[in-house]
Amino acid sequence: MPREYVDGATAVARGALRAGCTFFAGYPISPATPILLHMLRELPKVGGVGIQAEDEIAAISMCIGAAMTGARAMTATSGPGISLYSENLGLAIMGEVPLVIVDVMRMGPATGGATTIAQGDVQFVRWGTSGGYPIIALAPSSVPECYTLVQRAFDLAERFRSPVFLLPDKELIMSMSTVDIAEYVDVPVGQRPLVPPVPAGNGAQNGRINAVTGRPDPRLRPEETYLPYDFDPIDAVPPTSPFGGPHITRFTGSSHDEHGFLTKDPVKVGRLNEHLRAKIENHRHELEFGLLNRAAATGVLFVGYGTTARAMREAGDRARKAGLPVSDLTLHTLWPVPERLILEATAGQRRVVIGELNHGQYALELERVLYRHAAQNGLKPPEIVSIQRVDGNLITPEQFLAEIGNF
Amino acid sequence: MAIALEPALKPLTTYKNERPDPFCPGCGHTFILNHLDAALTKLQLDPRQVVLVTDIGCVGLSDQYFVTNAFHGLHGRSVAYATGIKLANPDLKVIVMMGDGGLGIGGTHILNAARRNIGITVLVFNNFNFGMTGGEHSVTTPMGMITASTRAGNLENPLDICATVAVNGAGYVYRGTSFDRDLPDRIAEAIAYEGFALLDIWELCTAYFVVNNDFGRKELMATLETIGMQAGLIQKREVREYARGLRAQGAQVFGQPTLPLRPIEPLFPARLDRKFHLIIAGSAGAKVRSAAQATGYAGVLSGLWVTQADDYPTTVKSGHSVSELIFSPEEIRYTGISKPDALVLLSEDGLGKVRHHLAAMTPEDVLVTTPEFADVPTRARKLILNPQVGSVRITRTNRSLIVTAAALRHLDLFPIAALSEAVRRFQPRFADENLPVIEASAALLPDR
Ligand SMILES: Cc1ncc(C[n+]2csc(CCOP(=O)(O)OP(=O)(O)O)c2C)c(N)n1
Ligand code: SF4
Ligand SMILES: [Mg+2]
Repeated sequence: MPREYVDGATAVARGALRAGCTFFAGYPISPATPILLHMLRELPKVGGVGIQAEDEIAAISMCIGAAMTGARAMTATSGPGISLYSENLGLAIMGEVPLVIVDVMRMGPATGGATTIAQGDVQFVRWGTSGGYPIIALAPSSVPECYTLVQRAFDLAERFRSPVFLLPDKELIMSMSTVDIAEYVDVPVGQRPLVPPVPAGNGAQNGRINAVTGRPDPRLRPEETYLPYDFDPIDAVPPTSPFGGPHITRFTGSSHDEHGFLTKDPVKVGRLNEHLRAKIENHRHELEFGLLNRAAATGVLFVGYGTTARAMREAGDRARKAGLPVSDLTLHTLWPVPERLILEATAGQRRVVIGELNHGQYALELERVLYRHAAQNGLKPPEIVSIQRVDGNLITPEQFLAEIGNF
Repeated sequence: MAIALEPALKPLTTYKNERPDPFCPGCGHTFILNHLDAALTKLQLDPRQVVLVTDIGCVGLSDQYFVTNAFHGLHGRSVAYATGIKLANPDLKVIVMMGDGGLGIGGTHILNAARRNIGITVLVFNNFNFGMTGGEHSVTTPMGMITASTRAGNLENPLDICATVAVNGAGYVYRGTSFDRDLPDRIAEAIAYEGFALLDIWELCTAYFVVNNDFGRKELMATLETIGMQAGLIQKREVREYARGLRAQGAQVFGQPTLPLRPIEPLFPARLDRKFHLIIAGSAGAKVRSAAQATGYAGVLSGLWVTQADDYPTTVKSGHSVSELIFSPEEIRYTGISKPDALVLLSEDGLGKVRHHLAAMTPEDVLVTTPEFADVPTRARKLILNPQVGSVRITRTNRSLIVTAAALRHLDLFPIAALSEAVRRFQPRFADENLPVIEASAALLPDR
């Protein structure tokens, strides 16, 4: 089987292009710069546009603007840049913008270690903007997964009209490794729901036909041919039309009604905010991606994501070879928390061991999911062991193995 | 993105919708919106091809009163959204409406949009204060003026945004007031202009600035006379518009393959039956990474799984450069190295980074180094090589390769021919220089 010797940055860029990415804006920062350079070089070859913006605020702003013209937009940065993305992350959530944000995690806080691995942004990307609304985040743990999951990120960004984070780390993006070419798996990439074109003219000239339904709609204003923020049921993704397309489109980051006009009407504002939550949370079962290696018997479950999952899988293999009842779970979806997958993998386990290059950020989620599940079902929850490392070194397989306990 | 439009709309007599303006009585924003409407009506642009991008503040409400596309973003970032929209679809007419507040907080975007000469039109609704938040001072508040945040008079020099963008690449620059009769024509001219256009439009905030300073139309006109800033059409010149310029550059490579796969079929027999950890430690700028990369490719050419992680300071040409390579007949998961099986030590910089590895190594492991490091403390077996004994002249940059190549000959993970093939295929620009170095490395080893 032919192989390649390649880094994760190349795989992210290739996957993005495969997913139809046509716009990239970024600002140089280790360890995300290689992705910027790939995209600037490659996008013109497919008729797309890449730009080095004046700062990270501009980078994500440009992506949001481009995305509303119909482009599939991506940006890439690291912790300090994500900090600057914060306000616009909220805009992308509120305006319902399909957008892929790659956060190549490096050591923080602040400048931290520019070329030092960490996984400290896990909770940050989830709660990275005001209001507390959900986003989607995926974490690759190998070079081929960088390729596949960035495509999945585009698919979800489009279909959910939502910012989607890809959370690799310095080690994955900048290190070379052998890849079996058969492992580059393509996934179908969907499309944001689009409003079909209308016969001619504006709404008034059209007899106020709503292009989405094809029927007259008394809510339409004279200039309108559809309602840009009209969602029904509440968790449905509203169809949109690109700037420059067949319809007038209104985009806004303020609390708005179905026309995209500012409103303070508590009924409309409440319904909008519930919609922003429900369109992700009600569909969480469509968003549960991961890889479970099961032992013949239950006992211990290892959990990991990103580069740490590599040590975890090696430890899992070694434990199973030694006849120990150790299963391992690699999480590809971090947000929303893949609760079903976690509950399925932890069922019957006595102990759950999670390793992370931070102070136990995802262990918190396991505690939440497992303790609540146990309390609601009158069960004894598994013991949760959190392996943490923040010294710039990787968690070793031995650190996982040391937590198995006696069997 | 080209989208086939349906047949054109009938001519429009106004580009405003029938919603009443929301501003305070006498607010300059109302006048400017009417001027913009007149300009759009004059131009008769397809409203589907126009995007009105608004900032925050009272002016940020403005996009809701037109029948065109609208984008209402965050405070100060309107120009950056407009840039993204224009870059993605250069056919659109993108018009920004921002206040003097947005001008301050988003200054860098305006400077950079001007430098690029990106084809957007920026209307600055300049009422010398933050209307929406209660009349605080802004970057354009003239000296001495009273605002909610400068009760004793403003001490900050007002920003001359026109002068700034005019000397920094903007194509079209105009300063006027909301009272100018020819403002619709100026706005229409700016929208029709291909490059970056900025119009600084002075106007009254009747709720705050007017009240705080007893400042009406007469005072506004007087200030414009005395402030020492140019007014009227300040600049109009033909410069290449950025979005189209970027597209034109891109068109030269359009259709070329993007990051094609570079499959490698194994050509050489590997002699390795376990995971093997190799560290090469030297100085930045001495081609350590390049030697390590050739070594990695050689492993892949020999059917091995390889990983390579490089560590170097952000000052890439000084300090250490350490490459960690792992070779295995099986897929490699964990990529850390707690103890190397072999370590190639090339310099003092490298030594500083690998002392803990040297301390962990056992007599089964091997340290390959040069005579000056013969005495470094370690339990590893030492192979001391003199790079000078080869037939090539040793330089700072080929030293890393000759010692690494000799080490690989000694370690025998794969045939040395794999290293030469790796250089030939994957570092072709340096092949002429490096292939003789690999040849010469044989002489460094003691006869076997
Ligand atoms: C990041 C951020 N900081 C502060 C604000 C609060 N804010 C709302 S409007 C405004 C000033 C607007 O002034 P200007 O741009 O001059 O518009 P005007 O109200 O005068 O039309 C500020 C600071 C905000 N919305 N966002
Ligand atoms: S507060 Fe000032 S800027 Fe805002 S609407 Fe009133 S007069 Fe206009
Ligand atoms: Mg103002």
